[in-house]
Amino acid sequence: MKRREFIKKSITSGVVAGSALTFMPYRNLFGAYNNPADPYDLVAIKGGEPHLMFDTAIESLGGMRKFVKSGQRVVVKPNIGWDASPERAANTNPRLVGRIVEHCFNAGAKEVLVFDNTCNDWNKCYSNSGIEKAVKDAGGKMVPGNTEGYYHKVAVTQGKSLKDSKVHELILESDVFINVPVLKHHAATGLSISMKNLMGIIWDRRYWHRNDLHQCIADFTTWSKPDLNIIDAYRVMQKNGPRGVSVDDVGLYKAQIISTDMVVADTSATKLFGSDPADVDYLKIADQMGVGTMDLKSLNIKKIMI
Amino acid sequence: MKWKLLKKIRVWVSLLFFVCTLFIFLDFTFSLAFQFFSTILYLQFVPSLFKFINLISFSAVGFIFVVIITLFFGRVYCSSVCPLGTLQDIISNISKRGRREKRLFKYLKPNSWIKYSILIITLILISSGSILLVNLLDPYSLFGKISLNLFRPPVIWINNFLVGIFESFDQYILYRVEVKHYNPLSITFSLLMLGFILWLSLKKGRLYCNTVCPVGTVLGIISKISLYRISISEIACTQCGVCSYVCKAGCIDYENSKLDVSRCISCFNCMIVCPENGITYNRIGSNKPEKKTDPVKRQFLYNSLLLAAGILGFSKLVSGQDKPKLDSIPIYKPKPGLATTIPEDKKFHVTAPGSLSIDHFKAYCTACHLCVAVCPNQVLQPSFLEFGLSGIMQPRMDYHTAYCNYDCIRCTEVCPSGAILPVTTDDKKKIQIGKVVFIKDNCIVVTENTACGACSEHCPTKSVQMVPYEKGHHIPEVDTEICVGCGACEFACPTLPYKAIFVNGNDIHLTAKVIEASDEIKEVYLEEDFPF
Repeated sequence: MKRREFIKKSITSGVVAGSALTFMPYRNLFGAYNNPADPYDLVAIKGGEPHLMFDTAIESLGGMRKFVKSGQRVVVKPNIGWDASPERAANTNPRLVGRIVEHCFNAGAKEVLVFDNTCNDWNKCYSNSGIEKAVKDAGGKMVPGNTEGYYHKVAVTQGKSLKDSKVHELILESDVFINVPVLKHHAATGLSISMKNLMGIIWDRRYWHRNDLHQCIADFTTWSKPDLNIIDAYRVMQKNGPRGVSVDDVGLYKAQIISTDMVVADTSATKLFGSDPADVDYLKIADQMGVGTMDLKSLNIKKIMI
Repeated sequence: MKWKLLKKIRVWVSLLFFVCTLFIFLDFTFSLAFQFFSTILYLQFVPSLFKFINLISFSAVGFIFVVIITLFFGRVYCSSVCPLGTLQDIISNISKRGRREKRLFKYLKPNSWIKYSILIITLILISSGSILLVNLLDPYSLFGKISLNLFRPPVIWINNFLVGIFESFDQYILYRVEVKHYNPLSITFSLLMLGFILWLSLKKGRLYCNTVCPVGTVLGIISKISLYRISISEIACTQCGVCSYVCKAGCIDYENSKLDVSRCISCFNCMIVCPENGITYNRIGSNKPEKKTDPVKRQFLYNSLLLAAGILGFSKLVSGQDKPKLDSIPIYKPKPGLATTIPEDKKFHVTAPGSLSIDHFKAYCTACHLCVAVCPNQVLQPSFLEFGLSGIMQPRMDYHTAYCNYDCIRCTEVCPSGAILPVTTDDKKKIQIGKVVFIKDNCIVVTENTACGACSEHCPTKSVQMVPYEKGHHIPEVDTEICVGCGACEFACPTLPYKAIFVNGNDIHLTAKVIEASDEIKEVYLEEDFPF
């Protein structure tokens, strides 16, 4: 509780502007990008069930213990934006989310919390996506994100269009942030993958839409860097995204992509979807801003076919 | 004494109805099954009557039961079923406590002229196509408005306060709830009515019920011929007056040992205080009440009926005159340079799916605001004059506040008056309550030359699609045939102060075209290697 109060106070008093500055390079140094300790920059796996693919894929990255240490508080952020069944692939696959939570606990996590700032009625999204049940069965906790009270302002110092944003308190207070988007078509941005999924941890999405959406998505990734991005491409919504109308919109890809670098992850997922990454503006901007790289050739990629 | 038991039963039954009715207006967790609503509200007189006229079904004969009960036992509805009546009793009971000197009621002269006038004007208005006075005066609907506007927000604030405490212990069992239904006019009306009724009840007991309330007046007329009634034995009566001191209806004229049956709400308070045991609740005829006619009253009723008949002739002229028109748009503070310039030209406000048409909705909605209380998205908002004077305070779909959940039929399940008729989820998805309109020159894609697409993102039917536009951007294109008018696009549209996309209400609901889609998932690139 003391930690919590401290964080809250520091946020409200604006101290966070400074702390974010010191926080960022720290993460860049030891956290994600081009860390020689990581065996692979990207793991792509295909042909299995979502939870089983994750077992194999995370193992090749050295297991969940690489990312979650004993006693840590973990926040898992799937896409739970829509009141839709798992077959519609509007939300992340519940079996995958459940398995991730299990892996976190096996790695010694003290607590695993799951939330999203949903587009539809949050109670229905949580239950009809199947994610609530999967998380609870795995011992995790579902946390609401339905009102502004859960969100606190942070400064996005490197942002061009986005100078600040209100971020869910779980992201601010947890030790580990695992981003679990679903790969899908998106009316506004072409595709929704890891970077776009972060629009579910902030409050005022309309501001982003008003102020150059692609730039805002890229800007925000200079502030928020998940410790791990797990892209669910088991069922993929190929058109009418991000909500979809029926299962007619969905294709079965049976794939999964894992990376600590969101730009790397999203670039490869875009190719998997069948699109050209050069057509996705926010990817290009993020690449130019140095958030990550779109150049997959220079990377150490592990591909697994089951 | 047996009368004590009778009073006890009355108190407990009234509390049961009160608590349950209050609860359905306060429950912000939406945990109750819709059967609970229909059971609790089955006996609410006006909604049941309206629903019956609407449906002619057994599910709506509650008001007939009330009439029968009244014919047998007097105005039991007023003392036990009506939540507004019990609210008055509770407040006056609380105010009594802690006082050294007990407040005494006393005999009131019947305000027959006022109460019959109100009833007759109400009926005349109904027959001319406006339920204005029902919306304003029906006790159940008033209680609903008061509960929603005045009691619900504080309950949610307390919840949100507790959430904060729980959260600091990392407990997320409770969750914050946002109150979106602030309508200053609706709140002011509720406050004034509550204040007025409570002031009356603290001063003079159930004066609202016996002078203003049209349901009270109707049941009063019926209770004049009720089988069982409270009566004072002239032989036993010593004119001590104790009974009239506890009579909240003010209907006991102890000096003449008389009790005005039409105003008696069967609370049984008088019977247990009579030192002579001279007040009994018996079948009519067992102590022969006198019968006499009041020529003045008869003449009045006769004249009123003539007047009503005359006005009926004008009913077609009067009804449907004031089609709603949107005149005010909520004021937002746009960032300088980003303000949109073209106002949304809304011809009609949107009514809830299942309400068939604006005319149907206006004819049957008693403005109890139950739909507002159960709407999980809070798209149903308390209104004031949005539907014109005759549709005063009937809730509308407000797409600046929220949108209608594609899979939700909650309001259709609970509406007690049949203004919103029950529909299945599948049927609801085909009901077109309005049509989408795109204002290109307000759109971010045009004004800012950046990507947006929030409208298309949220559209459940994809009647808003993004099509190629300049500079590689995409711009919305609308298909009004498949649009259901849910307002998700209007809600999501980020432009200020006017939206670039909005829903124009259908004054008569239509059927949206449904695009058939296969329900099979096709396999894609399964055998191929990764393209990277």
